[in-house]
Amino acid sequence: MSRVPADLKYTKSHEWVRELPDGSVEVGITDHAQDELGELVFVEVPTEGRTVQAGEACAVVESVKAASDVYSPVSGTVTEGNPRLASEPELVNQDPYGAGWLMRLRPSSRDELQQLLSAADYEAQLAEGDA
Amino acid sequence: MGRRTPLYELHRTQGARMVEFAGWEMPLHYGSQIEEHHAVRRTAGMFDVSHMGVIDVRGQKARAFLRYLLANDVARLGRPGRALYSCMLNESAGILDDLIVYFLGPESAGSEAFRIVVNAGTREKDLAWIRERAQTFEVEVTERDELAMIAVQGPQARERLAALLAPEDAQTALSLSPFSAAAFGEWFVARTGYTGEDGFEVMLPASDVLRVWRELAERGVSRCGLGARDTLRLEAGMNLYGSDMDENTHPLECGLEWTVAFEPADRSFVGREALEAIRARGSARRRVGLLLEERGVLRSHQKVIVPGVGEGEITSGTFSPTLQRSIALARVPAAQFDRVQVDVRGKLLPARVVEPPFVRRGKVLVG
Repeated sequence: MSRVPADLKYTKSHEWVRELPDGSVEVGITDHAQDELGELVFVEVPTEGRTVQAGEACAVVESVKAASDVYSPVSGTVTEGNPRLASEPELVNQDPYGAGWLMRLRPSSRDELQQLLSAADYEAQLAEGDA
Repeated sequence: MGRRTPLYELHRTQGARMVEFAGWEMPLHYGSQIEEHHAVRRTAGMFDVSHMGVIDVRGQKARAFLRYLLANDVARLGRPGRALYSCMLNESAGILDDLIVYFLGPESAGSEAFRIVVNAGTREKDLAWIRERAQTFEVEVTERDELAMIAVQGPQARERLAALLAPEDAQTALSLSPFSAAAFGEWFVARTGYTGEDGFEVMLPASDVLRVWRELAERGVSRCGLGARDTLRLEAGMNLYGSDMDENTHPLECGLEWTVAFEPADRSFVGREALEAIRARGSARRRVGLLLEERGVLRSHQKVIVPGVGEGEITSGTFSPTLQRSIALARVPAAQFDRVQVDVRGKLLPARVVEPPFVRRGKVLVG
């Protein structure tokens, strides 16, 4: 059973979003997503200053098995890509909601944040997928 | 639901992540594909390969039949137990399958027996092809569906498997030279494999395989899935049927020219004429190994650009756990060059051309 922290928001494509006190958000992939991908061997994160649209492919996570795009949950400007992942891609497997975060960005609107899935919604989606 | 091997339930209870492969439900890994890979390079690992096809061919004309059926020449199999790797071609020299053929030995009345081990994805097609061509040779073709098969691979694999045999059999098994096999009762133990490491492949009754799997695990042999099997074989520079070759590929363009016996010139085999014509005009493509020089992962079907020469394609690519960088097999124009570019998800990344294998017997062979 994969973990779905209650204090985060989620997307249908298995990203999570954490709202930070300064108004920016942190984005990563869920425990379920990392488990499905298997051991990550390469992660590419966006560079600071890049503007992204909600739903735009902005990072790549590659496991021994396959490459997968990560989509930005909201529109905004990237403030930081996780610099540790270049040499330690396995952090995404080991700590997907913590040290394995992918990027931080400043959302261009608060509305898109309201439209993300709650933990309960996301868990329901996962349960449907298993059925 | 796919077909299941006799070890299916055990894989499930041991936490395997299962995956559909060639119509079979097989273990992908048991937690960490990368650790499984390292176990085979460093100590010993075991794979359930019961999905592969085992076909016995026997009769007075069995040898003549196989000399006609296969591109390599079973005349090379002099002593019982000897094994040979070969392609089975169609009339256009396309590869129907790659396989290992073992000489089981002479039988009564001038009859001889051989065993062929074929890929899981092609076993039905192969069996039909073999039976069709066997008609004029009066040989008996039997699929050995009841046999399970496990591969025990790694520098310590042979000793750990031999420990399960009676002492005199263990001695015999440990004295087998590479590409040789011996039968012990209903077991057939071959010093062959698909990892680039030493080891055995063991064909045995399904009723024995659970016990053997458990006893090997108790002796410290790591359970390994298809994921590690793929990265190991790719590091070892071994082709995967369906990826690096298929019916539209001939042996001269996928690194298998060494497996085709053109001598003696008077041996007729299926695909010979077409292959000789290709050889006479020269193959337009060749197989190479690629080492990615930047971060990223090479994958099958990515485009390979050879500046000033043309284009090719990656047929298998992965992250190499031993080299800690990405490696690939590719089919490229048959010219000499040592650097290429690969279109990796829209970016052109530089790669160096090398001669496979990348890794063999635990040693890195490419710099």
